[in-house]
Amino acid sequence: MAKDNPIKLRTENFNVYYGSKRALHNVSTEIQANKVVAFIGPSGCGKSTFLRSMNRMNDLIDTFRSEGEIEIDGLNIYDKSVDVVQLRNRVGMVFQKSIPFPKSIYENVAFGLRLAGKISKSEIDGIIEQSLKRAALWDEIKDRLNDSAMGLSGGQQQRLCIARAIAVNPEILLMDEPCSALDPISTAKVEELIAELKVDYTIVIVTHNMQQAARVSDYTGFFYMGNMVEFDRTRTIFTSPSKKETEDYITGRFG
Amino acid sequence: MISIISNRKSRPFVIRKKILGAAIVSITFLAAAMVITIALVMLGHFLIKGIPNISWEFLSQAPRNNNTEGGIFPAIYGTTFLVLTMALLGVPVGTATAVYLTEYAKQNSLFARSVRFGVNTLAGVPSIVFGLFGVGFFVHFIGSGIDGVLGNTSSVWGQPALIWAAATLAVLTLPVVIVSVEEALRAVPRELREASLALGATKWQTVWRIVLPNSMTGILTGSILAVGRGAGEVAPIIFVGAVYSLPELPSKITDQFMHLGYHLFVLATQSPDVEAAMPKQYATTIVLLMLTFILNFTATFIRSRIRNKK
Repeated sequence: MAKDNPIKLRTENFNVYYGSKRALHNVSTEIQANKVVAFIGPSGCGKSTFLRSMNRMNDLIDTFRSEGEIEIDGLNIYDKSVDVVQLRNRVGMVFQKSIPFPKSIYENVAFGLRLAGKISKSEIDGIIEQSLKRAALWDEIKDRLNDSAMGLSGGQQQRLCIARAIAVNPEILLMDEPCSALDPISTAKVEELIAELKVDYTIVIVTHNMQQAARVSDYTGFFYMGNMVEFDRTRTIFTSPSKKETEDYITGRFG
Repeated sequence: MISIISNRKSRPFVIRKKILGAAIVSITFLAAAMVITIALVMLGHFLIKGIPNISWEFLSQAPRNNNTEGGIFPAIYGTTFLVLTMALLGVPVGTATAVYLTEYAKQNSLFARSVRFGVNTLAGVPSIVFGLFGVGFFVHFIGSGIDGVLGNTSSVWGQPALIWAAATLAVLTLPVVIVSVEEALRAVPRELREASLALGATKWQTVWRIVLPNSMTGILTGSILAVGRGAGEVAPIIFVGAVYSLPELPSKITDQFMHLGYHLFVLATQSPDVEAAMPKQYATTIVLLMLTFILNFTATFIRSRIRNKK
């Protein structure tokens, strides 16, 4: 954990406005490749906004406006020359409310693969098996790939959404409170998965659950009222935070 | 306590209020009961007079002897041909409009508001006006234009025909399609769109692969409602291609056609032998009613199922 990896994603004085309301204040941070980074903080603190800025999902909001930079491999993703579709291919996302597409399990995972154009059936089959195995779902559903994904349990659906996201082979995986709707056993499975996935991906996770941040992440950022108050190694944040607000939050004095 | 309250106002005043209340209840109840009565009497009257006159012969044969014998098959055939052509023309345009409004347009842009204004205007235009529009625009402008381009010496396209009647009805039913499809598109959860976009889908791929397949039932409902509405309209088509009688069934979209609603008008007003035409008239009414009722019930049923699923 102590070893430093190259920087994968860096933000420099990044600001977000929704209309006239400022949602993020000069957020600057560096995220290393193949690490798990968690963002914690009370509701409305800006952590999800920050996450959704990394694959430009916020572009869908009419009033959204950003200032400053988010760089991935040194390239500003808000630059005019950036193709959002390509960006989202490189930066995958798993949502809080994970509804699979109302299609078969197979078609859910194949969805992202078919977007890019012609691809052979055997190639798709291979990637689907590999992705479902990566998402620790293969053994449970390998005999019913053509069943509707809506019939899966909540935990299975979320792992399917993870399989769907990694099937297109992104470099960064964003997770927006991926376990908030799951029971403890499913949560444990997803957390185990996060630990395994960081070998291949850089993972950024937003969570309400501080224990979860402490368990899964290498680095933790604490957000409060649109500011990144503190960003450090997870162990440092949870044992000896340097800011009073961080300490108050993680000891449960507010939030 | 009770005596204090009731003593605050004089007794006659209280009684007057009670009588007024009772009167209002009775009047509104009578009005509501009248609606049921009218519906029942109308339906019952047509059913009693019409059902005995419906036979396989009536449904499968052409009218003979000035509509006093034979059946109404050409009118059933013409109506079906008409509304199907109408759906083929109107549903794609209506669906495309709804897709633009829900997926692409900024909600309060001038263009989006203009489109909505256009939809509301179309919905409020009297249907006879659509008929006049159909003659002027489709028959004389488009139809004659096509003849000119093709170099036809006699009118092929530039005369009243099934295709122009279908186009006129398609314009008339456009608001129905747009509103139904829009409702269905808006019912597709935001999370599905986001998941698709997050996987690197373009806006169009998301619409085509996720949004439209998930609104198929809504598109179907809109189409059925439009067909139900179109099947019952007579005024817009009397100038644009519907005729009294035809020697043979229409086989091309440039042919003229018979139509159930128009046939009813002909039976009621143009028959030399009113007594002989009367049973045919009742039977035709039943067929037309059944057709539109079945279509509307189907659409309502599908729509309520979509609403419950939300």
